[in-house]
Amino acid sequence: MALLSIRNLSVEFSTAGGPFRAVDGVDVTVDKGEILAIVGESGSGKSVSMMALMGLLPWTARITADEMSFDGTDLRSLTARQRRQVIGRDISMIFQEPMTSLNPCFTAGFQIKETLRQHLKLDRRARHARAIELMEMVGIPDPARRLNAFPHQLSGGMSQRVMIAMALACQPRLLIADEPTTALDVTIQAQILDLLQDLQKSTGMALILITHDMGVVAETAQRVQVQYAGQKVEEQPVRALFETPHHPYTAALLAALPERATERRLPTIPGVVPGQFDRPEGCLFSPRCRFADDICRHRAPPVQPPALGIARCHYPLDTAATEAAR
Amino acid sequence: MFRFFLTRLLTFVPTFIGVTLISFAFIRVLPGDPIIVMAGERGLSEARYQELREQFGFDQPLIVQFWDYLTGILHGNLGMSYVTKKPVWDEFFALFPATVELSLCAIVIAICLGIPAGVIAAVNRGKFFDRALMSTALVGYSMPIFWWALLLIIVFSGNLGWTPVSGRIDLLYYFPDATGFMLIDSLLSGQKGAFASAVEHLILPSIVLATIPLAVIARQTRSAMLEVLGEDYIRTARAKGLAPIRVSGLHALRNALIPVVTVIGLSVGVLLAGAILTETIFSWPGIGKWMVDSIYRRDYPVVQGGLLLIAGMVMIVNLIVDLLYGVINPKIRKR
Ligand SMILES: Nc1ncnc2c1ncn2[C@@H]1O[C@H](COP(=O)(O)OP(=O)(O)OP(=O)(O)O)[C@@H](O)[C@H]1O
Ligand code: SF4
Ligand SMILES: [Mg+2]
Repeated sequence: MALLSIRNLSVEFSTAGGPFRAVDGVDVTVDKGEILAIVGESGSGKSVSMMALMGLLPWTARITADEMSFDGTDLRSLTARQRRQVIGRDISMIFQEPMTSLNPCFTAGFQIKETLRQHLKLDRRARHARAIELMEMVGIPDPARRLNAFPHQLSGGMSQRVMIAMALACQPRLLIADEPTTALDVTIQAQILDLLQDLQKSTGMALILITHDMGVVAETAQRVQVQYAGQKVEEQPVRALFETPHHPYTAALLAALPERATERRLPTIPGVVPGQFDRPEGCLFSPRCRFADDICRHRAPPVQPPALGIARCHYPLDTAATEAAR
Repeated sequence: MFRFFLTRLLTFVPTFIGVTLISFAFIRVLPGDPIIVMAGERGLSEARYQELREQFGFDQPLIVQFWDYLTGILHGNLGMSYVTKKPVWDEFFALFPATVELSLCAIVIAICLGIPAGVIAAVNRGKFFDRALMSTALVGYSMPIFWWALLLIIVFSGNLGWTPVSGRIDLLYYFPDATGFMLIDSLLSGQKGAFASAVEHLILPSIVLATIPLAVIARQTRSAMLEVLGEDYIRTARAKGLAPIRVSGLHALRNALIPVVTVIGLSVGVLLAGAILTETIFSWPGIGKWMVDSIYRRDYPVVQGGLLLIAGMVMIVNLIVDLLYGVINPKIRKR
């Protein structure tokens, strides 16, 4: 049985300009101890779908799903209070901006211990010991002293380590890392990714890694799901996805990778993700797709079988076509 | 820390001189002659008038009078009241506890109601409670104090007879000043009913005086909270599974408190100004009423000295507020 199973998740925001569907029928499945990467350009609904799972969206969001279960528990049936017992304990999340994600008014130690106090029955001394242990675990030197540091006294990398320590405090079974390295220096990025991978291995938790970076996906994940404009457009094991992308969008993302780009092709995909007011009819990718035809532009594409990467496309690429596309 | 304190104290010097000058000029700009006022309806002879002028130093040029006054202050001498012949300093500190008691009650009411109201309004932004509260705050803010006071007196003292109209305590009770704070003194006196009477007398003036600061604090808390609630660390706090009340009441409020503490500090000035009116309306024997009476009597030393001492109090409160910033938000402490 999958650890996390979400089927047909949709999130609709009511905005001043009318309803906006930021997530549109997304499925997410994660097994115990697995690393799933979710990739896609800005605005493809990656964060929103995970925030929906965490229950962190504002009240303007209307969340619907056919299934949303974690370890056999139907999250939809939980009261807000029951949900808060899962959040931060069994499922935890770290975010893109470590510097602003810690509360400037409280010490790192206070913020780590707060999670422990919320979910575990530990006394003061045990919490202190556990906090130091966690700081050590995430590679913070001199933890006893750093416990008393305020966020403004920590670098970005250190802050993200504190965030990770906080997220791991109660030994979660699923960690969601939403672009955990985007805001950091390149050298620190690699360190944090390594740390996450090591921790995932040593704790056996499942990890959902949200990223823009196909390179990171290749190095880290076991399975990848590609999101575009609020929809899941493809899902495959990493190796297979890199070898044979079935959706033209995935193919374009891969072609944008520096090692793969030929001299002639630009390393980015022309055009932008459609927003609230410029959603095309038919396939959402059609304005930017080099294979688009009239059918694509007028009819929503079907979802292909797993053999074709569950691709949401009228004309999924097979090996030959992928080769031709390069 | 010590250096910060010292530099802040230095900035007091120009303010202090400014206040001295303004208070000195202010009372002299008002038409009317203190000697004539003092003489009252009996009037006095020309010779006696000249004698008194000399005695008070009014025959000297203004600049000399100011100089005398300034050097007096530097020696800690604020002069004597023309009317009571007692040192201004003594009078001020005899009456000051009454004003402090009233102002403290008012600011405590304003803080205890204003901050929670602002937090709840921000959390329920745009919903009924928020709108109702903010319109009420606007009304409270723009209400003329004397009108509001009279309305409350008519309803609660007149129609309902729940509260007394004026004074600090019922005339039935008498006990010596121990602290000058009626709430404490009445308890110390051990007389039955004295404390209740003191509380009853305090309620209406406190409410009147609290109204404007309450509205200001509620609005400021709401807007500061709205800003903070969108921050990333609030999302982090919620992602930990913390209860909403802890998220908004601790994580958000602590960050929103800086602007709120600022307006509380500024309210103290407003409060003392409001106290003048409130004390007059409720015959509250504090420095507000004392100042107003002294202005009518053209009691120059009292008005000058009183203004100076009030300004000093406001400056001290603001210094405390500045020190509080660092306690609330450690990021500020660094500078
Ligand atoms: N509270 C909100 N109200 C209205 N629209 C929102 C809200 N939050 C997000 N959106 C919209 O939902 C869409 C998806 O946003 P989301 O943050 O999930 O994208 P993302 O894939 O995480 O992008 P990025 O890579 O930049 O983080 C965006 O168009 C965004 O503007
Ligand atoms: S459906 Fe058509 S437009 Fe959409 S991705 Fe497939 S080929 Fe491109
Ligand atoms: Mg995002």
